[in-house]
Amino acid sequence: MDILPILSTLRRHKITAFLVILEIALTCAIVCNAVFIISQRLDRMAMPSGVDEHRLLHAMLANIGATSDGKARTQEDLAALRQIPGVAEVASVNQVPFGGSSWNTGIKLDPKQHTSTLNATTYYGENLVRTLGAQLVAGRDLLPDEYMDFDDVVRAAAAKDNRMTPHVVVITQKLAERLWPGQSALGKQIYLSDDPVNVVGVVKELVRPSIWDDATASYSMVLPIRVSQGEYLLRTASPQDRERVLAAALDKLKQINPHRVVLKKHIFDDMRHNYFQDDRAMAGLLAGVCVALLVVTALGIVGLGSFWVAQRRKQIGVRRALGATRRNILHYFQTENFLLATIGIALGMLLAYGINLLLMAHYELPRLPASYFPVGALLLWLIGQLAVLGPALRAAAVPPVVATRSV
Amino acid sequence: MFGYYLDLALRSLKRNKALTALMVLAIAVGIGACMTTLTVMHLLSGDPLPGRSQRIFYAQVDPDITDKEGQREPPDMLDYHSATDLWSARRADRQALVVDSRLKLHAPDVNLPPLMATMLSTTTDFFPMFDVPFQYGGGWSADDDARHARVAVISADLNLRLFGGADSVGRTLRLRESDVRIVGVLKPWRPSPLFYAVAGGRFSNGDTADFYGKAEDVMTPFFTGLEINDGNFQQFNCWGIPSTPGHLQNAPCNWIRLWVELGDGGKVAGYRRFLADYAAQQKALGRFTVAGNTRLRSLMQWLDFNGVVPSDVRLQTWLAFAFLAICLFNTVGLLLAKFLRRSGEIGVRRALGASRLAIFAQCLMEAGMVGLLGGIGGWLLTLAGLWLVRRQPAAYADMAYLDTTMFLATFALAVAVSVLAGLLPAVRASRIAPGLQLKAL
Repeated sequence: MDILPILSTLRRHKITAFLVILEIALTCAIVCNAVFIISQRLDRMAMPSGVDEHRLLHAMLANIGATSDGKARTQEDLAALRQIPGVAEVASVNQVPFGGSSWNTGIKLDPKQHTSTLNATTYYGENLVRTLGAQLVAGRDLLPDEYMDFDDVVRAAAAKDNRMTPHVVVITQKLAERLWPGQSALGKQIYLSDDPVNVVGVVKELVRPSIWDDATASYSMVLPIRVSQGEYLLRTASPQDRERVLAAALDKLKQINPHRVVLKKHIFDDMRHNYFQDDRAMAGLLAGVCVALLVVTALGIVGLGSFWVAQRRKQIGVRRALGATRRNILHYFQTENFLLATIGIALGMLLAYGINLLLMAHYELPRLPASYFPVGALLLWLIGQLAVLGPALRAAAVPPVVATRSV
Repeated sequence: MFGYYLDLALRSLKRNKALTALMVLAIAVGIGACMTTLTVMHLLSGDPLPGRSQRIFYAQVDPDITDKEGQREPPDMLDYHSATDLWSARRADRQALVVDSRLKLHAPDVNLPPLMATMLSTTTDFFPMFDVPFQYGGGWSADDDARHARVAVISADLNLRLFGGADSVGRTLRLRESDVRIVGVLKPWRPSPLFYAVAGGRFSNGDTADFYGKAEDVMTPFFTGLEINDGNFQQFNCWGIPSTPGHLQNAPCNWIRLWVELGDGGKVAGYRRFLADYAAQQKALGRFTVAGNTRLRSLMQWLDFNGVVPSDVRLQTWLAFAFLAICLFNTVGLLLAKFLRRSGEIGVRRALGASRLAIFAQCLMEAGMVGLLGGIGGWLLTLAGLWLVRRQPAAYADMAYLDTTMFLATFALAVAVSVLAGLLPAVRASRIAPGLQLKAL
């Protein structure tokens, strides 16, 4: 391939060549980073919850009060919900995975620590682990006789009376590994206040209701505390009839007390969908921008290619008259584009790396994996070749007789 | 001359429609992307109280006795004790306590089911301090605050929902189990962000879209609100366990905001001193363990500290500008191609006496025309882009409309970008030597 004549031609069109290179470089850098951000968002959206998502239902009704009456009414609600055909498990809870608002507390490994080791979310509710369908990997679930009423616990905690505060807890595997790396968590103790709480069980995964930092997304605990705040979780026997069960459950609850206001009602799949809607919107937007960028770049190459072909019609004619085949002309323009794209891609890689460093500093993004570079390069080469094909074919179609005409 | 260049530019643009369309499209897409994100940025980073914000301040003290680790930020809200002490000292020109909660709301004389509403409990200065616009009636008095009067101000939204938008002053609302009399109805009021409720931004990891939500449905005097909705207040944070959940008056919890208005620099310094003295006094009384940890940030400083503009929006803005840069390079290349292709014509004009400046001006005129056309396309794409933003689930989505400023900015940016893009090609074109081109003809 005649690279030297191409280089010598490009030297006469420095600015135009430079612009094409710059455009390819910027496109390459932005597309690499945008695709990386998209993949991060998709990973986030696929975050495991550790619960039986397709069979879970969530309903929240206006606070029926933390009174003794409230407790009795909660038991009445739960009993009624259990009667609904298709319901496998029910629980009255304080929060749900991907629910948004969350209850959190600091954990200390030693009561004398000034600051907490870390912060974890606290799930309350009798039968919560079974209802969620979280998978126990070590130890046992919380036992019915370990459960205490929320207001008793609060009163006892305020009075520093350690008899009526929880002494057992179930934690997630990720939390256990963070607190005691490489050791079994069973029998270990954590401090939520001045009194120790024993870890009796470990679940494989249980995601927090709201996630600030993906690294701590599964720092969750389940404490043996009964709550009656009008928030219910139901697990259905099969995923098919969950809409029907949810409607039946709300009917039943309204029937028990028609003055209640339904605050939230979801099938769990929708909660996941809603929780990640910002990520989905951002990923969609970035994908749109990537496509638009590639199209604009391709059109730019088409435009400049066409211009160059038109400008060099006479030279092409001369070359053809001197014996160059159509294929030679076609290859000339393809090689030219390949050269420009290569320089652009090389520059673009550097730029992509730089942008990634900036994003790492300001947006807590991880490092761009090396695999993005060859894929990005291939994509831009391909787009360059596709874009230049039209003008190059037009150039190849220039008849030799053009050489003999004056313009 | 202007008219002639315009005519030349239009002729030239018509000659190669495909190339012209390509340039216009590139500018339009770039401008569309940029203006969509800029409009959102403009909306999210603006001053929610233009003309007043520099006089509004947010007070913070640090009552947490458990953390003795020295230098750190005080908590984002105040405990009840500190908040009411500072408020009742009345050392600022105006001061308002602010706390929000949710409750069941019902209008006894309207045949609608009860609904869950948001309630803001605040003190009388809130309305004049934040320039809150009233449709009917007005706020309550300091006396109402003191008497725990059962009065309320409702939002335009709620007034529409319950009373069909009629003047509802004097009518009754049932908040949980208590009846309150409506004394004022707001005009539609949508500060962006909902500045007086902003807190905790530093814990949100850039996910701050919720700071742009709607104002509360109903507003009651501070102490009245605490009575009506007792047991349903949420803490920002606690350093001990509250003895009754939701009743935080004597709890070791931070949950109340204090906004103050201070007319001039001297008063600001004075209030800073007052906060420091208060903290020192509380330390002497044994209630605080640190004395020096107080802050008095102005409204805009407070918004800035909370990083109210969501990080995704900032990222989108950068992306849009990079996109515009690519479109700009594209246009520079295409204009260059276009002008140099007309070397012959330009040579003839130069030979017939046109100056370099005339050629330069003519080329820029053509670039400007491309920009204007691109601006129209960009404006349409911005409208489409904002329509897409409004369909997003973000709390600010419903506010994303193009205002006059941003509409004009669209065209200004489009023409500026295209003239910038035309600069280099125009300089090149004006340097074409007349003789050489004529020879080639």
